[in-house]
Formats: sequence, structure tokens, C-alpha cells
Amino acid sequence: MSKSLIEMPPKGGFSFDLCKRNEMLAKQGVNPPSFRKTGTTIVGLIFQDGVILGADTRATEGPIVCDKNCEKIHYMAPNIYCCGAGTAADTEAVTDMVSSQLQLHRYHTGRESRVVTALTLLKRHLFNYQGYVSAALVLGGVDVTGPHLHTIYPHGSTDTLPFATMGSGSLAAMAVFESKYREGLARDEGIELVTEAICSGIFNDLGSGSNVDICVITKGGKEYLRNHLQPNPRTYTSSKGYSFPKKTEVLLTKITPLKEKVEIIEGGDAMEE
Amino acid sequence: MKSDAINVPQNEIAAFLYFSPLSTKCFSAPFTMTKQQANWSPYDNNGGSCVAIAGADYCVIAADTRMSTGYNILTRDYSKICKLADKCVMASSGFQADVKALQKQLAARHLIYQHQHNKQMSCPAMAQLLSNTLYYKRFFPYYSFNVLGGLDNEGKGCVFTYDAVGSYEKVGYSSQGSGSTLIMPFLDNQLKSPSPLLLPAQDAVTPLMEAEAIDLVKTVFASASERDIYTGDKLEIVVINADGIRREYMDLRKD
Repeated sequence: MSKSLIEMPPKGGFSFDLCKRNEMLAKQGVNPPSFRKTGTTIVGLIFQDGVILGADTRATEGPIVCDKNCEKIHYMAPNIYCCGAGTAADTEAVTDMVSSQLQLHRYHTGRESRVVTALTLLKRHLFNYQGYVSAALVLGGVDVTGPHLHTIYPHGSTDTLPFATMGSGSLAAMAVFESKYREGLARDEGIELVTEAICSGIFNDLGSGSNVDICVITKGGKEYLRNHLQPNPRTYTSSKGYSFPKKTEVLLTKITPLKEKVEIIEGGDAMEE
Repeated sequence: MKSDAINVPQNEIAAFLYFSPLSTKCFSAPFTMTKQQANWSPYDNNGGSCVAIAGADYCVIAADTRMSTGYNILTRDYSKICKLADKCVMASSGFQADVKALQKQLAARHLIYQHQHNKQMSCPAMAQLLSNTLYYKRFFPYYSFNVLGGLDNEGKGCVFTYDAVGSYEKVGYSSQGSGSTLIMPFLDNQLKSPSPLLLPAQDAVTPLMEAEAIDLVKTVFASASERDIYTGDKLEIVVINADGIRREYMDLRKD
């Protein structure tokens, strides 16, 4: 490698150097750590005055619920919000990153952000990572051109739809939308329909649960209804309560004093030069 | 392409780079042909949790009523508890088709016993029968995780806990199923079964009253439903004491 070669800028995307090693490790039985997925129901619909987004609040790690009340509706811009399904770290990172990029763009242009801008930034990023950034998003907002609703898949494809669902509970939610959606819904009707769709996901899909979050975006502004509905309270709390007096039992105490003396061997081997 | 850095083993076919978003996660330059593995399994896991607690003169056996597969719910109202004999009840989680087959097998054997001995099987006898039945299928097991609960011949509560191939132990309390990892530590903290290896032999029964044990079971399932997606819907509690067997239900989280 001669020094006269021009320094190439670091290429983006993943480095696949360790794939062979991972394959070998997997064959030997060493499994990589699993990541936290949100196993989710997220929905969006366009109503008369704008867009309504909805999401459940359960985050799972395999069969265990790790967060009973997490936030899946992420802020992108004052007039744009994004629901995220898939790997929690991926959805958080990608929405935070694009949100920052949008803010810088707003400073640069002096204008309100447009939904298609967010859409393009997200889809370019996800396509660049060839589906390894496991984020499935429902992006919605209202800008100068009107209300918009898009779905973005982990590989980078997008759809523009009047109503959309994503996540493991998407089929349950879509069943409700397909039955009851119509154009030109009023605000309350829209919120009720979104709530119903999310509830359908919450009760029929094991990956979704707990509460319903809603976000209503209109030309005038946005309304973030955190925990709009809480249909799953704890079912039983013992009246007397439980105490935990038992500490770890000490079965055996053994003290071994460490050697204090260090033996000096006279006339040992001379150190090698 | 990174073909300069990686040595191409001689007997591998380095054809075109096969890229499928669904399969290989690795972009190594030589394409490795892996043998197609069989991907049909005779088993499925229908989820759910079971608990049993033995008292001085009673036994409480409880299980949730949710039956699921993958991320879907099959039914919210499926009983995992089966009465095997007058004073002996079994709760099983795992693959419900295997559980049903196991219950049928045990019922048939119990009937034969009744014909031959003119009496019902005692709980310890049924425990041994269950163990033998499970081990009989050691090389194609019943995917069934069982707890057996009842009263022994003296009227004291007894609980036996099993693995899928019939290893069993008499204990003071036990839990099995998807929620057992959440339930067992709490029961250990509250009830702590004495080890059967300790001498003098201690009674494997809890000092709790029947009402306290039922309260404990309800709390434990409410907590398990919060954190385990496969546990929920309804809780079925069966209590066996000198008066007989009674059943009660409690609603759990449905999400």
C-alpha cells in the first residue's frame, strides 16, 4: 500500500468482516445475544383534518414483556410523527437521527418540514443498510401540501396510504380498518377507530399489549394523547401484601488466611541477558 | 468484493454471489452450499403456566386458561387441569395435544386399576404411574410439563413435579410452563420447600392456611400475566381437601 494513494473516505454501511467468524461460532453453539423487539401494533389513518397515529405500549424480549409502557410514537418534527415497530434500538436511532436532520434542514431552508422529506431520508438510510436496520415505520404528518401517511419497510420500500398498520399485530388492526374505515372521518370518529384497531392488536396479538397511545396531527397543531386508553389494569393485588424478610441463607463460613511469608530461594538462576 | 482477503477452499463452489434478504446474513465471497435441514416439527408449544401448593390438609392446583400458538391466541377458555382420581389432580402445560393423549392414557390405566383393586388410586401411586407413562415414551416424549397435586392416604397435601420424560419429586410447591421462571423464585421466597435430603425428614407442606395459599396463587398469576405474554385470560383454581374438590375462577389480563 503506497503512501501516494489518495485516502478514501470511510464507506458507509455495515462491515461484514466478522460474518465468517459468527457462522463458525454459531456452529459451535455460541449464539449471539438476542435484541429487544417491540412486537407491536402501530396504525395510522388520514381523517378530515389531518392524520391520526396510534400504537400499543408493550416491548418484548422473546416471550417476556420487558417494558409495559414504552413510547412507540416518536417525534420527527412539530408537524410530523413516526410510529416504529421492529427492533426497539433501530426505530429509536433511526427516528432520532432523521429528526435531527430535519431540524438542520429547517434551519437551512427556513420552512416547515415536509413529510416526503422525512420519508426520503428514512428510506434512503434503511435501503443503505439492506434491511439489517430492522425498523418498520408508519410516518404521518401535515405540511403545506396537506396530510400525508406513509409506511416504510425495513428494506427501504415505502407505500402511501389512507390507512396503514405495521408490526406483529398489523393483521388484527388491519381487519378493523378494512371493515370500518371510510373517507372523511371526523376527529372523534377517527380516534375511536384507531383505538379500536390498536385494541384489536392488543387483545388478539401476544406481541402487543398494555395501553393505547394516540397522536392527532392537524394543520393547526398536534395533540399527543399518551395512554389515551388503559384497558389492562393489574387484575389482582393481595390485600395483605407480601414481605421479603428472608435474606440469603448462610450455610457455611470458612476463612482461609492467605500466605504472608514469601520464601526467598538463595542462589537462584542468574537472569538471562 | 473481499475475495482477495479470504482463502477460497478448494472443494467449495465459488459461483455467483447469491444474495437473498431472507437467508444468509453473511457476504463471504465463496458461496457455501449448506444441506437443507428438515423443518417440520411434531411438537408445538401452546404456552401457559401451572402451579400447585401442598398444605397440611389441602392442596391447591392452578393453571391459566389461555391456549396459544406463536403470537396468536387459539382460545381463552381451555382447561389445563384434569382430575385423574378422587383425590388426585394434574395440571399440564406444553403441547396440549400430547397432554390430552397423556390424560387419556392415565384415565384408562386408572380404570384398569379400579377393576383390579376395587379402589381409587392414591396420589403417590398415580405419581409413580405418571412417571412410568412418561418414561415409556423416552425416545419420542410427551411434550408435557406436569404438576400433580392431591391428598395422600393420610389426608395430607402432596405435590409432585415432573419434567417431560418422567423424572419426578415430591415437593411442597411447584410451577411449570412458560411463566414458571417468573413464578418459581417468588414461591421459593415465600414457601421454601425443605430439601428431601435433609435429615430428620421434614414435612413437605407449607404452614399456610388454605385461604392464604389461594391468595398467593392469585397474586402469583396476576404478576406472571404482567410479564409473560403466554399467560393470561383466566385463572382456574382447583382446591382439594377433606370435603372434596372445588373449583374457582379469576380473570387475568387479556392482552
